[in-house]
Amino acid sequence: MADSIPLSGAIDLTPRHKQPRLYLEVMHDWIVTTDHKKIGLMYIAAALLFMLVGGVEVLLMRVQLARPESTFLSPEKYNQLLTLHGTTMIFFVAMPVMFGFANYLVPLMIGARDMAFPRLNAFSFWIFFFGALLLYYSLIGGEGLYGGSGVPDVGWFAYAPLTERPFSMGRGSDYWALGIFISGIGSIGTALNIVVTTISMRCKGMRLNRMPLLVWLMFVTSIMVLGALPPLSAAQIMLLIDRYLGAHFFDAQAGGSAVLWAHFFWIFGHPEVYILVLPAFGFANEIIPVFSRKAIFGYPAMVAATVGIGFISFTVWAHHMFTVGMGAAANTAFVLSTMIIAVPTGIKIFNWLATMWGGKIRFTVAMMFCTAFIFQFTLAGLTGIMLAVAPFDWQLHNSYFVVAHFHYVIVGGILFCLFAAFYYWFPKMTGRRMNRTLGRWHFWLFVLGFHMTFDCMHIPGLLGMPREIYTYEPGHHWGVWNMIVTIGAFIQAIAVIIFVVNLVRSHFKGKPAGNDPWDAWTLEWATTSPPPTYNFADEPMVRSRRPLWDLKHPEDPDWKYESHAENEMAAQ
Amino acid sequence: MKYICPGTMHSSNWIGMMHGHHGLRGAGQTIAAVFSAIESGFFQKLFTSSTNIFSPQSAPAHEIFRLSIFVLLVTGGIWITVTGLLLFVVVRYRQKPGDDEHEPAQIYGSKQIELAWTVIPILIVVVLFLSTVRVIFYIQHAPEPKQALNVSVIGHRFWWEFRYPGYGVVTANEMHVPVSSDRSHPLPTYLKLATADVNHSFWVPRLNGKTDLFAGQVNDMWIEPEKTGLYLGQCAQFCGVQHAKMLIRVYADTPAEFQKWIAGQEKPAAQDPAVAEGRAVFEQNACINCHAVKGTVAKGRFGPDLTHLMSRDTIAAGAMLNTRENLERWIKDPDAYKPGCLMPAMHLSDKDVDEITSYLVTLH
Repeated sequence: MADSIPLSGAIDLTPRHKQPRLYLEVMHDWIVTTDHKKIGLMYIAAALLFMLVGGVEVLLMRVQLARPESTFLSPEKYNQLLTLHGTTMIFFVAMPVMFGFANYLVPLMIGARDMAFPRLNAFSFWIFFFGALLLYYSLIGGEGLYGGSGVPDVGWFAYAPLTERPFSMGRGSDYWALGIFISGIGSIGTALNIVVTTISMRCKGMRLNRMPLLVWLMFVTSIMVLGALPPLSAAQIMLLIDRYLGAHFFDAQAGGSAVLWAHFFWIFGHPEVYILVLPAFGFANEIIPVFSRKAIFGYPAMVAATVGIGFISFTVWAHHMFTVGMGAAANTAFVLSTMIIAVPTGIKIFNWLATMWGGKIRFTVAMMFCTAFIFQFTLAGLTGIMLAVAPFDWQLHNSYFVVAHFHYVIVGGILFCLFAAFYYWFPKMTGRRMNRTLGRWHFWLFVLGFHMTFDCMHIPGLLGMPREIYTYEPGHHWGVWNMIVTIGAFIQAIAVIIFVVNLVRSHFKGKPAGNDPWDAWTLEWATTSPPPTYNFADEPMVRSRRPLWDLKHPEDPDWKYESHAENEMAAQ
Repeated sequence: MKYICPGTMHSSNWIGMMHGHHGLRGAGQTIAAVFSAIESGFFQKLFTSSTNIFSPQSAPAHEIFRLSIFVLLVTGGIWITVTGLLLFVVVRYRQKPGDDEHEPAQIYGSKQIELAWTVIPILIVVVLFLSTVRVIFYIQHAPEPKQALNVSVIGHRFWWEFRYPGYGVVTANEMHVPVSSDRSHPLPTYLKLATADVNHSFWVPRLNGKTDLFAGQVNDMWIEPEKTGLYLGQCAQFCGVQHAKMLIRVYADTPAEFQKWIAGQEKPAAQDPAVAEGRAVFEQNACINCHAVKGTVAKGRFGPDLTHLMSRDTIAAGAMLNTRENLERWIKDPDAYKPGCLMPAMHLSDKDVDEITSYLVTLH
């Protein structure tokens, strides 16, 4: 094997369509497409759309909570918004946007021409999208029996028996169960697709230990989806059988078990947190090294930590249930498993710091978001340790402290990485750069709003404020904190509007980006921006984890170091 | 309408509580000193609440508090370390205008360093785990002394039923327990928690952490208030439309007061001939399907027991003060005060409402 890597020849120079086309033709193109990049973009666009919807929902809730005894929303409306916000953000924003990026990036990064099952890919997207629409159809679908709520109003984890017929007479719980169940079919399809693609579609030389970390994390995430989502789908089917066919799976008064629902939900629900956070780690794993100008520190440890988190995340679910009345022994077991998962997570944080150590850090907007991510995710992990301490959790559980904790993970951790990913890969996806000034406004406003909202949200939890309440009394002194939280939420909303404006504006008017605007090292930067259909004309060949580094630095290629390290391993 | 919340009835500042504890005293005092420096009036108000988890007043809550402070110190140490490193890296290694164009030295990893930041966190986890286990078993396996009071707590949408099996007393939303001020002779109260409908959670932060009332099972917990007074809490597991107004009031009485309260609750309902008409209206309407008044035909169990209604400070699970005017308004249109609550408006004439209220206010 010589040093001549056929990367430059990998670029497909087929001329692209330039003739103006009818909107109908363009739409037809998108609807029937099986191209992984178009499907990825549709996933991302749908997720952004639902993010705006979920954001408006939470702003309404925050107005209601800004002051004690507010009557801005009725309790019924508040509980509906609460359920829609949680369900939307998890199932219709966070998961699809991760799948969107995975769809777009995984084939490019492993040098493949498409996903393994392109038509399954298209099916998965559309079934997800229609599942999400089904949930929102509940808003206009009528109330069902006895004036019960037609819109889901049972909270995003929908504990039984509140969801059973006697306590949820309208159609709300049906829409909730069916909407998520149907979109879950799409999630399973896409996850399967990513797993198969990663296993069987890698280009020459792309061995498992040379895969970009993002691909590793998407791979582990997808395996976790295959393990975690079926319990939820099963439980939702059982719930529908309870509601329509008179079964009693979760109906405690007729001999069923309500706590069984909690187990089913959280054996899905906790791995789900890692399903969302691992792709975010994946973004950080690509962006931090490129802008620190250094290889990722401890690649094997990063992979091992990821796989470790994947396994352990299936053993921690009952830490959501420390208060349901498990015995001391069961509580102890879940304290241990939950604390252990902090170790691989800590390894990741230290490895990112070590990657930045000794580098020449370029603070692009993407890198700013990644840096803030490390800071915030550390804090979120530490409040997670507090919640893992079962007796502390007996106080904190279902309080605003928990709400603050998981928003710190999902917004402070995941969403920050996601914004970084947008700024980083937007040039690849569109061929244009995003505006830097708007990006900085977005970053600083979002940081300000985020910390006002979610730092201050911890305090009313410590002062005894439970979650999921539509109002509260003035005497508890929760009011000042809630007012700050609400103001912060609106600042974040302004920042998100700036971000969306930046996306749209840059799409039409952004500076041309070229193929490799960041001087990066993974395969997606070897092709044009945006990449042509089928990505690569010839199959690329790689000899190390950073094929473009090898190409740019023939005097000091990675493969020399890597083969040396392998020989050392073999010698031991 | 007025809500009831005594706010700072007790010194419930989270810092004030740290003085005089065993264990971690040094650390506690240091933190207390730092906080008392910034603790002028405004800050004091911000961190003061009658439901503050950091102002425990009961043995299990104290144990949780001490463990919490320990965990806060450990996690605080980790936070300072990581944030310090991050700050250093960001300042020291940012690209500067005068830097040359060369890439920095490529370092791919280091077995020693990576081993260190794997092993040290494992050791921290071991310490945290062991201290957690001790408190779990202390609270969950606490032997029940003979003199302990037993109370059954039954959650309903959206109110609390308290039954005292040793005394035959049934009441709602306001639980009275004896104070346990003498350490050599503790008087804890052991609660059996069950639900009549969906899941709820019993949470009075200053007395103990929360325990759920989970459908299909009976849970236990115990409290041991050290000072007399009122302790507030509320339902902490989403149970439907009025979850927010399912408030708990626990009154810790001196043993003598408590015995007096029990004696009062054990009596049958007052029978005042002056309000016989109101009683008749009450008993001839659907009120008795849901409410009980001991010694009368009213035997319903769906709503709160009204035998000694006027011995309680609040109605509607703590949502309103228990006054004649509020009672009248509540009976007329419960939905106006607790939208979605399960008590229907009976569409009675003003005269009937007036008479029923006259009857109810005699139920001392």
